[in-house]
Amino acid sequence: MEILQYTEEHQQFRKKVRAFVETEVTPYADQWEKDHIVSKEVWKKTGQAGFLCTWVPSEYGGMGKDFLYSVIVAEEMTRSNQTGLATMLHSDVVVPYIASFGSEEIKKKYLPGCVSGDIITAVAMTEPDAGSDLAGIRCTAEEEGDEVVLNGAKTFISNGINADLVIVAARDPAETNPYKAMSLYLVEDGTPGFKRGRHLDKMGFHSQDTAELFFTNCRIPKKNRLSEKGAGFIMLMQKLQQERLMTAIGAVAASELILEWTINFCKKTTDADGKPLSKYQANQFAIVEMLTEVKLARTFLNKLIAEHMAGEQVVIETSMAKYWTTELSKRLTQRCLDLYGDFGIMEACPVTRAFRDLRIMSIFAGTNEIMKGIAAKFMGL
Amino acid sequence: MDFNLTKSQKEIKKAAWEFAKGEFDKDLIIELSKKQEFPKKILKKAGELGFIGIHFPEAYDGGGMGLFENLIVGETFCTRDSTLGTALMLSGYGAECIFLFGDEPLKEKFLPPVIEGRVISTGAFLEPGLGYEIRKIHTTAVKNNGQWIISGKKTFVPFGETAGYYVVLCETDTNADPKADGMSMILVEAGTKGLSAKDMGDKLGGRMIPFADVAFEEVRVPESNLIGKPGKGYSQAQKFFDRNRIQIAGLALGTAQGAFDRALDYVKQREQFGKKLAQFQVTRHKIADMATKIAAARFTAYHAAWQFDNGEASSRQAAMAKMIATNSAMAVSDEAIQLLGGYGYMTEYEVEHFYRDAKQAEIFQGTPSALRDVIADEIIGKLK
Repeated sequence: MEILQYTEEHQQFRKKVRAFVETEVTPYADQWEKDHIVSKEVWKKTGQAGFLCTWVPSEYGGMGKDFLYSVIVAEEMTRSNQTGLATMLHSDVVVPYIASFGSEEIKKKYLPGCVSGDIITAVAMTEPDAGSDLAGIRCTAEEEGDEVVLNGAKTFISNGINADLVIVAARDPAETNPYKAMSLYLVEDGTPGFKRGRHLDKMGFHSQDTAELFFTNCRIPKKNRLSEKGAGFIMLMQKLQQERLMTAIGAVAASELILEWTINFCKKTTDADGKPLSKYQANQFAIVEMLTEVKLARTFLNKLIAEHMAGEQVVIETSMAKYWTTELSKRLTQRCLDLYGDFGIMEACPVTRAFRDLRIMSIFAGTNEIMKGIAAKFMGL
Repeated sequence: MDFNLTKSQKEIKKAAWEFAKGEFDKDLIIELSKKQEFPKKILKKAGELGFIGIHFPEAYDGGGMGLFENLIVGETFCTRDSTLGTALMLSGYGAECIFLFGDEPLKEKFLPPVIEGRVISTGAFLEPGLGYEIRKIHTTAVKNNGQWIISGKKTFVPFGETAGYYVVLCETDTNADPKADGMSMILVEAGTKGLSAKDMGDKLGGRMIPFADVAFEEVRVPESNLIGKPGKGYSQAQKFFDRNRIQIAGLALGTAQGAFDRALDYVKQREQFGKKLAQFQVTRHKIADMATKIAAARFTAYHAAWQFDNGEASSRQAAMAKMIATNSAMAVSDEAIQLLGGYGYMTEYEVEHFYRDAKQAEIFQGTPSALRDVIADEIIGKLK
């Protein structure tokens, strides 16, 4: 019995996405890993194929599909074992801010490009001194007439190099209450005063262009502000649930994938006696234990997806899911590599890349410590 | 019973730390790791100062000390940097077999260059599709006119392309029963005709120690290149693995310590939510857990090294030391990344490569599952 009601149309869509990923994404993954960035072309291809921002209403160029379409794209994209074509970040984390909080003019201007892949988006919240503690951001936004002047530095920004449009969190220096000081602004690539810093070297996510961004007297039109002035935190509170849910979806899909690889490897690899690795009791138990956890994660996750779609406030469960599933995927990469033996030390082993990539998931989208803190708070502890 | 390091051990530790602090340049390490290159110049200096082969006899320029002192050097180097420390210490991989089993002429010729840091030595044990089941190897060595003629394929050979010489496990008596009694260790120098190595590509961790597939096509070496006794190659290899596992335990211990030190520094200075990370109870408990894991690993590894130096060696002790130390290195470096948050994932903050190196240490020379087999075999023995 399935928790999520996938229709025939959904299944067809999944097939299309899978075929697209197999021909247009996976074959390029190794090159992107070397380049530390993906081509802008593949974003356009993905958009043209109809796989970006599937939920955007048709009046803005989208298909107006339900959240399961987002889930399908996220799950299928995970199978490419690359992270640079961060469709989930774009479609289901960043663009929703524009659709929910942008003015009609802003939506008409940007959403069609977000759907077509002509506009790649990023969200810039984290700063060198403000990671988990978002209230501590220093980037300032001062309104002067019809313009807003941005000053400050952002770091660890995914899609940072490729982004054509960045949502920047900045504070009004005149407002002393940090929770009322933050606003979100849209900054286009090429705006004077907006510069990229270093393209950061990291353990994994090599195909993902993570960068520093600098704003120096960067002037943007005031109408590029999302929602009311000072509404930054309220918007974040509304949208972070989906970001964390998406992270959990990615973690569970990745867990299922690496376990599938590992099980296949253990079945087809024989030892010196010609005995498949999957015939050893210890390996069998390890696989059973791991698959049990993955199935628990999947059940919990699918229920959460259903609740999220029903518009329920599931902050506690979402925080729990984000924390637990990302820990799970990390633990699986550690454990699966042992089953591969010495091949597990080589980058040629697919789980090795996953080992490096998935490690960030317990840190981004709110660290797992922050997740536990949120759950504790909402539980009234 | 004295749990303190002796005066000379403390001095060794201090000297190793001073050397590593002075020579282990972070940017160079990151650059060499990216390219999977070995730090030859640093090895030379480490050799000149006596850090390589500190447990080899003084007659061959070694330090005349024990496995314990060698472990301390490795631990200290890896505390400073796990990738570089591991590479320097494993440059004696093949020399260890010569030291343990080789005759005088072999020792005289092949130990000093390694001890002086001029030559990297390696061992070629594993073969494609066999894992650590070296009981089943196919590489043969046939005696002919005062020479060994070696034919076969080895894989996962550390420093496979750059080593000055290889200790090769060969089958020298194909009629032996059991098969393990027909094996011998033979030394092959780099550049010998018929020897070829092919790099196996990018590695997750231990990136200054590239692996290679090494092929032997009728490679001819003098009969005197036999290391130890004919037919004893298999048991010699097991003895070598035991000692090597203790060494890796030391390297992993340093890896854990290095990641811990970096995390501790970070949480003491990083502020979020108006206070230092180190002022949050959960951070403090994480630090406590990490320190506890390191302490458990250190005791087990030191004890194992001490036992080997005092003639009470057991495979079990070595396997336990490797298992607990590499497991601690994984857990501690993993938590270090978490404590550093986004920075922990960035190359320039180093702990990410400690984590990758910890994983290589956990897999290399026996996965946890293989080590459990060793430990259980020794505890339980064969039942009828």
